[in-house]
Amino acid sequence: MADPVTVKLSSKDFKSDQEVRWCPGCGDYAILAAVQGFMPELGIPRENIVFVSGIGCSSRFPYYMNTYGMHSIHGRAPAIATGLSASRPDLSVWVVTGDGDALSIGGNHLIHALRRNVNLKILLFNNRIYGLTKGQYSPTSELGKITKSTPAGSADSPFNPLSLALGAEASFVARTIDSDRKHLQAVLRAAAAHEGSAFVEIYQNCNIFNDGAFDLVKDPSTRDEHLIRLEQDAPIVFGPDNRYSVVYPEGGFGLQVQEGGTPIVHDATVDDPAYAFALTRLSGSDLGTTPIGVFRSVQRPSYDEIVRKQVLDARAQATGTPGEMFTELLHAGDTWTIL
Amino acid sequence: MAAPSKRVEQLDRVVIRFAGDSGDGMQLTGDRFTSETAQLGNDISTLPNFPAEIRAPAGTLPGVSSFQVHFADYDILTPGDAPNVLVAMNPAALKANLSELPPGADIIVNTDEFTKRNLAKVGYPVSPLEDGSLDEFAVHPVALTSMTVGALADLGVGKKDAERAKNMFALGLLSWMYSRPFESTLRFLERKFVKRPDLVAANKAAFQAGWNYGETTEAFAVRYEVKPAKMPPGTYRNITGNQALSLGLVAAAVRSGLPLFLGAYPITPASDILHELSKHKRFGVTTMQAEDEIAAVGAALGAAYGGALGVTTTSGPGVALKSETISLAIALELPLVIVDVQRAGPSTGMPTKTEQADLNLALFGRHGEAPLAVIAPRSPSDCFHAAIEAARIALTYRTPVILLSDNYVANGSEPWLLPAVDELPDLTVTFAAEPNAPDGRFLPYLRDPETMARPWAVPGTPGLEHRIGGLEKADKTGDISYDPANHEFMVRTRAARIEAIPVPDVDVEDPSEAARVLVLGWGSTYGPIGAACRALRQRGLTIAQAHLRHLAPLPANLGEVLAGYDKVVVPEMNLGQLAAVIRARHLIDVVPFNQVSGLPFTAATLENMLEDVVKNG
Repeated sequence: MADPVTVKLSSKDFKSDQEVRWCPGCGDYAILAAVQGFMPELGIPRENIVFVSGIGCSSRFPYYMNTYGMHSIHGRAPAIATGLSASRPDLSVWVVTGDGDALSIGGNHLIHALRRNVNLKILLFNNRIYGLTKGQYSPTSELGKITKSTPAGSADSPFNPLSLALGAEASFVARTIDSDRKHLQAVLRAAAAHEGSAFVEIYQNCNIFNDGAFDLVKDPSTRDEHLIRLEQDAPIVFGPDNRYSVVYPEGGFGLQVQEGGTPIVHDATVDDPAYAFALTRLSGSDLGTTPIGVFRSVQRPSYDEIVRKQVLDARAQATGTPGEMFTELLHAGDTWTIL
Repeated sequence: MAAPSKRVEQLDRVVIRFAGDSGDGMQLTGDRFTSETAQLGNDISTLPNFPAEIRAPAGTLPGVSSFQVHFADYDILTPGDAPNVLVAMNPAALKANLSELPPGADIIVNTDEFTKRNLAKVGYPVSPLEDGSLDEFAVHPVALTSMTVGALADLGVGKKDAERAKNMFALGLLSWMYSRPFESTLRFLERKFVKRPDLVAANKAAFQAGWNYGETTEAFAVRYEVKPAKMPPGTYRNITGNQALSLGLVAAAVRSGLPLFLGAYPITPASDILHELSKHKRFGVTTMQAEDEIAAVGAALGAAYGGALGVTTTSGPGVALKSETISLAIALELPLVIVDVQRAGPSTGMPTKTEQADLNLALFGRHGEAPLAVIAPRSPSDCFHAAIEAARIALTYRTPVILLSDNYVANGSEPWLLPAVDELPDLTVTFAAEPNAPDGRFLPYLRDPETMARPWAVPGTPGLEHRIGGLEKADKTGDISYDPANHEFMVRTRAARIEAIPVPDVDVEDPSEAARVLVLGWGSTYGPIGAACRALRQRGLTIAQAHLRHLAPLPANLGEVLAGYDKVVVPEMNLGQLAAVIRARHLIDVVPFNQVSGLPFTAATLENMLEDVVKNG
C-alpha cells in the first residue's frame, strides 16, 4: 500500500457526481456509504486510490467513488488490478466484486491473485444470487435453491468463499455484514493495513431477488444465537450471556460449538491456515453459527514487492543510460562487421 | 587444425539440412553452423522444423527434427527450397527428408544408426544404403557415433555423454567441408557447459574429430567455399524473429521512456518472447507469467491503465481467449500491444508449424464493432521494426494493436544490420496533467483533434480522478450513456479513428515498370514471393511485387496501386483471408493462391504459379 500522506478529506470528497443506480433498499448503498465514510481515515490522496471492478450489480461501485476507477469485464478485475498494482506500487488498489463475478466466471483470477499475494484489497459482495441478470442462482446459493434457471432446485453445492480463499493461500481473510457499519469499517481498516492480498467477504442483501438471505445473522431476534464475533486475542464465545464457546473437539479435526466449556482464544496471526479454515467451517450454507471478523492475517512478501525488487536490483546492477545499455544489448553475442 | 590440403571449389550458394531424432541436438547444430556462417559474412536464412512433442519415440518419423540453413555470396530471401546437402543422423531422418532432395544432392548418413531395428521402425525392409535406391545421390556413409565415441575414449566421459557429442562431430565435419570459422563454436561450448568442464572437452574433441575426419578421409575429396556476400556496411548479428520482436519491444520501452509490462501465458511458438523479455528487467521490463491467457492480457491492460507500455504475447488460441479484454481495451481507448505468433490451426492444430490464418481473427475476431490496428512483419529481423511500429501506433493513437508474426519468421533467422538506437523512432508520450475543459473539469473522452486519441490520464494524477469502463460512454465526459445518438456517434468514431491512422503508402517493386501482373502479399511470405519474382525477372518476365505491413488500416494508396494492373495475385498461407478483404474493399477480383500445409511457400511453387499467371493471364 502507498505511504500515507496527510491529507484531510471527508466522506463527501469520495462521492462522485454520478447518480447511484442500485435498486432502492439494496445492501450496496450501505457498503458504499461505509467505504466513503472510511476512506478519509486512510490519509491517502484520492488520486492514489483506484477501484477496479468486474461485472454485476456490485461492480458499478467504482462509478460512485470519486477516485480513479475501472469497471472492467466479467470476472477479470483481479487480473487487471494485478497488472496495475504490480506496475504501480504507489497506488492503493481495491477490487470490488460479487459472488458470481469472483467465484464463478472469475474464479481462476481470484485464486491466483490470492496465492500471489498481490497487494489488492478485494471486497466480495456476497448476496448468494445473480442480481443484474435477474435472479439465477450463484456459486454461493444453497443447494436446492429454486430460481428462474433452477425451477426444480439447484443441483450444485455452494462454495464457502472464505474456505476457498484460504485454500488459495490467502494471507488475509475476513467477513463482515453490509448493515453493520461499525464492523464493516473495522474490517476494512484491518484490510487496508494489510500488506498483500486482503480478501473480505461482505454479506450483502439483494432485496429484489434474494431478500433476507442473511436475516438469521442480521435480525436482532435471531442474530445472537447465530453470529460469532471474532476479536483478536479474545475467547471465542457468543450467544445470550456468552453461553456458547468455540472449542477444540476431543477427537478429530477442526473446531466445534458447545455450551459452556473452555473457549479457544482467537489469533488470526496463526501461521497454520488449518485454524482459520476450521473457523470458516463453523457455518454451512444454513448460516447456523457464523463467525465474522478477521479470520486470518499473516505476513508474507507480496507479489508486487518481489517483482519490483527484481526490476530494481537489475537496474542497480546496470550501468549507463537506457540507450547505452540497449546498444550494448544489441551488440551482445556473435556479431560481425562489414566495412 | 590443419590447413586445407584438398581441392577447393567455389560455390555461390548452399542449402544444408541437418536432420535427426528430436534428442539428437539438430537445432543446436544448425544454430552453430549458422553462427559460424554469419561470421564469415555470407547472407543467411534459416528454417527450423521440429515436432511439438519434446521427445517423440526415438527413431520414428514423427520424432524427426531438422534445421535448414541457406547461405550465399549474394543477398537471399528464403531458407531455400530443396537442400543440396542432407545430414541424416538416422534412417527416420533420411526417410522423412529424401523426397525433397534434388538428384545429385549430398547425403551424409550416420551408418551406426542404420541397424535392423531402426530400419524396421520406419519401414525399410532393406537398408537404403545397400539396395541402390540412393544411386541418384552422392551418399557419404560415416560411422558418426562410433567415431565420436572412439575420439573421446581417453577423456573419461561416460558412453552416453560421448554418444551425445556426435552432433558436434557432424558439425565439425560440415564446418570443414564448407570452410567455416569455428572459434565462436568453441567459445559457445565453453559457455554452454561452464559447469561441466568434462563436457566442454568432450564436445570440443568431437568437433575436432569431425573436422579432422573430413581433412583426412578419402570419402570427401572436395572442400567448398562460399565467399562473403556484398552487404551494406555495419555491424551484424544473426537473429530469429522472436528475438528481434523481443528486442523491438525493449527498444519501444527505451524510446518511450515507459516501463514495459508483459503479461503472457506459455504457448508455442510465442513463449520465447516471454523468456527473452524476462532477461531484460534492467530496462524496467516486468514480465508476468499469468494464470491464463485472459489474465495475461488483463494484467497488461491494467498496467497500461497505470501508464506502462502494456504487451501480451501469444498465438491464435490465446488471441481467441483474449478477445473480450481486447474489446475492453478498444472501449477504454488505451494503448496495448497484442503479439500473435501464428501457428497452424484451428484448435491446437499443429503448434510448431506455420500459417497466416489468424488475419480474420485479428481484423474481425471480437464482439460488437471493435476496430483496431493490425501490422505484420515480413522477415525475422523486420520483427524488430514491426514491434516498434506496433508500440508507436498503440501509444500515439491509444489503441490496441495486433502484431501478426508467425512461426516461420519467429523461428527463422537471418543477418540483421544493427540499428543505431538514437535513430529509432521517438516514442515519447505525454500524460494528461491537468483538466482539459474550459470549466475546469477533466473530460476523459475529449479527443486530440489531430490523433483523435483521448487523454492518457494515469492514476496518481491529482485533479483528474475519473472512471472508465466497458459500458458505452458519452462523448467527451465518458459518463455511462445509453443515448442512441451517442452510441451511433461513438461506434462511428471508434471506426473512424482507426481508419485515420496515417500509415506509409505501399511500395511497388517493378524494375521493368511494365508489369501487368502484381503479386500482393503480407507478413512472412515476403521472402518466397520476392525470390519467385526475382527468378521470373531473371528469365525475362515482368512482374510487380507489393507487400503489406499494415493490414488495418490499409495504406491509402492501395486501391490506386491495385487498379494499375490487369491481374492481382494474392498468395497466402490461409484460404484467402487478405484476398477477401481486398475484394470487399476495392471490388477487385484478385487471384488467390493458397497453401495450408503448415510449411512456408517455396520460391519454386510461387515461381511456377506466377509464371502461369503472367503468361496465360
